[in-house]
Amino acid sequence: MAADLRLIDPFITSQPSVIWQTFQRLLKDGTLLSHTGITVLETTASFLIGTILGTLIAILLWWSDFLSQVLDPYLVILNSTPKTALGPLFIVFLGDGMKAIITMALTISVIVTVVMVYTGFKGVDPNKIKLVRTFGASRLQVLQKVVLPASVPTMIAALKVNVGMAFVGVIVGEFLVARAGLGYLIIYGQQVFQLHLAMTSVVILIITAALLYRLVSCLESRFLRWKE
Amino acid sequence: MVSPVPKVEIDHVSMKYLTLEGETEALQDICLSIAEGEFVSIVGPSGCGKSTLLSLISGLLKPTRGRILIDGVPLQGITHKLGYMLQQDYLFEWRTIYNNVILGLEIQGKDKRSIRRQVDDLLQRYGLWDFRHHYPHQLSGGMRQRVALIRTLAINPDILLLDEPFAALDYQTRLYLEDEVATILKGEGKTVILVTHDISEAVAMSDRVIVLSRRPGRVKADIKIMFAAGRLMPFATRKAPEFRHYFNRIWEELDIHVEGTPASKTKQLPGQGCPNPGTCPVPEENPPA
Repeated sequence: MAADLRLIDPFITSQPSVIWQTFQRLLKDGTLLSHTGITVLETTASFLIGTILGTLIAILLWWSDFLSQVLDPYLVILNSTPKTALGPLFIVFLGDGMKAIITMALTISVIVTVVMVYTGFKGVDPNKIKLVRTFGASRLQVLQKVVLPASVPTMIAALKVNVGMAFVGVIVGEFLVARAGLGYLIIYGQQVFQLHLAMTSVVILIITAALLYRLVSCLESRFLRWKE
Repeated sequence: MVSPVPKVEIDHVSMKYLTLEGETEALQDICLSIAEGEFVSIVGPSGCGKSTLLSLISGLLKPTRGRILIDGVPLQGITHKLGYMLQQDYLFEWRTIYNNVILGLEIQGKDKRSIRRQVDDLLQRYGLWDFRHHYPHQLSGGMRQRVALIRTLAINPDILLLDEPFAALDYQTRLYLEDEVATILKGEGKTVILVTHDISEAVAMSDRVIVLSRRPGRVKADIKIMFAAGRLMPFATRKAPEFRHYFNRIWEELDIHVEGTPASKTKQLPGQGCPNPGTCPVPEENPPA
């Protein structure tokens, strides 16, 4: 409306009606699905691998006090480093394909996961651990029976954060190198000054992110049935 | 009362903690022997090492000096003869009541069908059968503590260590559970060591009350609780004429001062632990006045 009345310039900002038209056009010629598909694939891959890898590293840190003491400063530094700065390096190391993009997203999500899940492990009530130790539990059993199940809520929270983190990584990666994906569409739309295209991609991106988040929420209610 | 081989024997046990600030002596030369089927309470001012003593008996901690014998055998690490009940129930909120109860069995690899029948029996007997598929947050505090007790009983220990098991409960629930727990444990013929700061609870529930001194904790008094009317239920005990006598006696022994007041060193006789190695003092007979 504001655009139709020339209150703002639709060439710069685009407008909902045109976004809708662009959306339909892209849907028809199939580009939309393939680009969205690629982005979703990259994101899902990196946030799943990120969460699993991060949890495994957190388990290692929990298991070995030595390891956690040695690695702690590195974790702190890595956590505060802007991982996107490493993007160009990954492209040099791994080429300009999907591998570099997923690695990019992975580094972002994995560190956050390690920090979150490890903190979760450390926060498990020591008395619960004492309890199973009075039953004669081994370290593996403490992990199995107490630490892991008690940390399921933390892991789900990490998963939620990771959806966002993986998206950031993937989009930045696509900005830098890709020839496909929503990030590519956005940067392409900007470069040829087709803001309609860029805006449409952004809207789709938002919807996709919301859907992925929703999926994780479903997972949460499945695993945390005991809460209510 | 004292059988030839005591169920639990604590032989000149001392415990020191090392911290960055230095050394803290928690327990000093503790000697105790507890007969099979006896219900013993340990009271003492806060920070006197009561809970440390339980952790030592349970095998979670190793004493700095001295040794602990169970059935005449020196204790090495965790033994399946012991069940430990903590201050709070610490039920796992992600497990159902039933799965909480079998936790110990699972860990000890005893999760067999025959034992499951025993667990079913325990749950039925103590009124938790209908709740076996519930989650802990759906139960009241008293019920949760009962679940914790059954979880401890499920591994079928000879000796139960109770670390202020009722401290987190409201007064009514507490009185009610004291009766119930005493009945359950007497019925099962268990040896029980109860740590509490509640003198009336100690008198009401036990056959014997051990008073520990301020840190470093030492055995200050060993008082046999006997009633003319014989062994009573904890609640009935509170109405018995001797109850006040025991209460006052323990209160005096506890010698509690307000923080900051200098402790009266004169009341603490030196070498109160035990004079000769190998001969732990037999609890003094103390007929009610």
